Amino acid sequence: MWSIYLNVAIEGVLTGLVYGLMALGLSVIFGVVRVVNFAHGEFAVVAMYATYVLFTAFRLDPLWALLPLAAVFFLVGYVLQAALINPFVGRPEHEQFILLVGVGIIIVNALLIGFGPDARPVNLSYGFDSYEIGPLLIDKPRVFAAAAAIAVAAVLFWFFGRTRTGAAIRACADNLVGAGVVGLNVRRLYALTFGLGLACVGAAGALLVTIADAAPSLGPAYTLVAFIVVIIGGMGSMAGALVGGALIGVSEALAGFLFAPSMKSMFSFALLIAVLVLRPQGLMGQRP
Amino acid sequence: MSDLWRSVTLRGRIVIALALGVLLALPLAADRYVLSVLTLIFYFAYVGQAWNLMMGYAGQLSLGHALYVGVGGYVAALLWLRLGIGPWLGVFAAVAVASAFGAAIGWLGFRFGIAGVYFALLTIAFAEFTRIGFDHLELTGGAAGLFLPFEEKRVGEWWNLRGGQLLFYYLALGLASSAVLLVALMVRSRLGYQWRAVREDEVAARALGIDAFAVKMAAVVISSAMTAVGGVFYAFYYNNLFPSQVFEISRSIELILAPIVGGLGTVFGPVIGAFVLTPLGEALIAGTARLGIDAPGVKAVFYGIILIVIISVMPNGVWPRLAEMLGLKARTS
Repeated sequence: MWSIYLNVAIEGVLTGLVYGLMALGLSVIFGVVRVVNFAHGEFAVVAMYATYVLFTAFRLDPLWALLPLAAVFFLVGYVLQAALINPFVGRPEHEQFILLVGVGIIIVNALLIGFGPDARPVNLSYGFDSYEIGPLLIDKPRVFAAAAAIAVAAVLFWFFGRTRTGAAIRACADNLVGAGVVGLNVRRLYALTFGLGLACVGAAGALLVTIADAAPSLGPAYTLVAFIVVIIGGMGSMAGALVGGALIGVSEALAGFLFAPSMKSMFSFALLIAVLVLRPQGLMGQRP
Repeated sequence: MSDLWRSVTLRGRIVIALALGVLLALPLAADRYVLSVLTLIFYFAYVGQAWNLMMGYAGQLSLGHALYVGVGGYVAALLWLRLGIGPWLGVFAAVAVASAFGAAIGWLGFRFGIAGVYFALLTIAFAEFTRIGFDHLELTGGAAGLFLPFEEKRVGEWWNLRGGQLLFYYLALGLASSAVLLVALMVRSRLGYQWRAVREDEVAARALGIDAFAVKMAAVVISSAMTAVGGVFYAFYYNNLFPSQVFEISRSIELILAPIVGGLGTVFGPVIGAFVLTPLGEALIAGTARLGIDAPGVKAVFYGIILIVIISVMPNGVWPRLAEMLGLKARTS
């Protein structure tokens, strides 16, 4: 009996790592630019549709689609920050919020107009393959997706930890005035950060097609998932995003298995409320 | 009250009297469609005002106000359907339950120092939690929804809110104007000044001896209570309630558009915002339908663009500028 639960939990962790990658983008943007990207999930759904189009038109595997999508989303993020969002840095939170809510509404409904409300599946040739490990049956696409998510996250960790630009971005996050004083181009670094955040979303979106069929209505839902993951893991903590993602993945999977699939996000919200009240800095965040 | 009237400029008095007179007399001239659009405008002006109280004056960002609309609507509808208690009584129960929700969220948020974006997320979390809960609640019909039957013999029973467009037109007009009056009065009260002090600088406000917790609690309780009344109106006007429709986060966002566009923290902002947005949205639907385009997302895309433009160019909303242009600026803000 325990093996079923273990099976569900492992699938949850694998799904959760993809959520974690998406949330990582949100965490990076918030941690550095101090702007809450309320259109985060909407961008992820755009990436899902792009993956769907690439798959149906060119039979491009989502795992490969991930690379061009991350690159394109990097550019989108860079331009978006430089052109639209930068004037909002330092303005009241609700104004940033409303700006990005507007962006999110436009994206969801543009997708609705373009593709209609029906879900678009990506039917992989190995979609139903699975690995058999003892009594456990693990879906192959999820293993691939989780591995890819970890790989992308590792690149990001390396970038922030080992490169000069990464260090410069961290300097902006730690002390904005100081960063300006030593001559860092904060505007450019912010745009770069937003680009990196959206690159995560682009990559995560490509992987999300292995978990769910692309549909416009997923946008707000994924935005909320990303927020829940980031707050549970700790705003601004990169490792926290992955841990929080895995946690939410497990909670969703177990709730869906034990109760009803439609009730799974109820538990995520309950978890969010508990964390906000009991440990607002998140599991791995530092108290502000 | 007379104090309030005295603070309005002469021009302002004339405009208010004229506007009210025209709106009261309008049903004599206008057709059903115009009245239905105006009813919608008043509804959004009303719930927008309730939200404005909390965000515009007390500075607490709630993105879960659909929760109070839904709870208020469901409570009154259930009392009517199951126990035969009419909405004029039911509204008290609706207000009680919704403000209990508001108080719970406020208590959790303010007691544990959850502020800004985090507080907004807390409100979303509660609204979404409740939405999914109602989806699975058998008492309320679950995801299949709750319907208020249309009965021929009850038409005209205004005391049970069973009537036609005219009834709801005047009801919505009454709600919207009393909300304007209520907020105008509250803003000039001691509590109103305390709200703005907390909004501008909570630490400084507390240093002056303001009980910030109590003041913010008052804002969330009053705001949720007012919104619940809007929910009762919604339930009896549309005669149906679906969790996926009333509690949706898009509903919470729709409800905050008017005050943002009109002007946060101004008494007439939500009204002006509703008068600008709702007809534009309706015209857009009619226009695209005439062009033969049947795209359900067009109106929302337009709202999204409006949001971005307004918040980029006029973060204080339309009303402050409009008031200045028309020479209506009250002596005290």
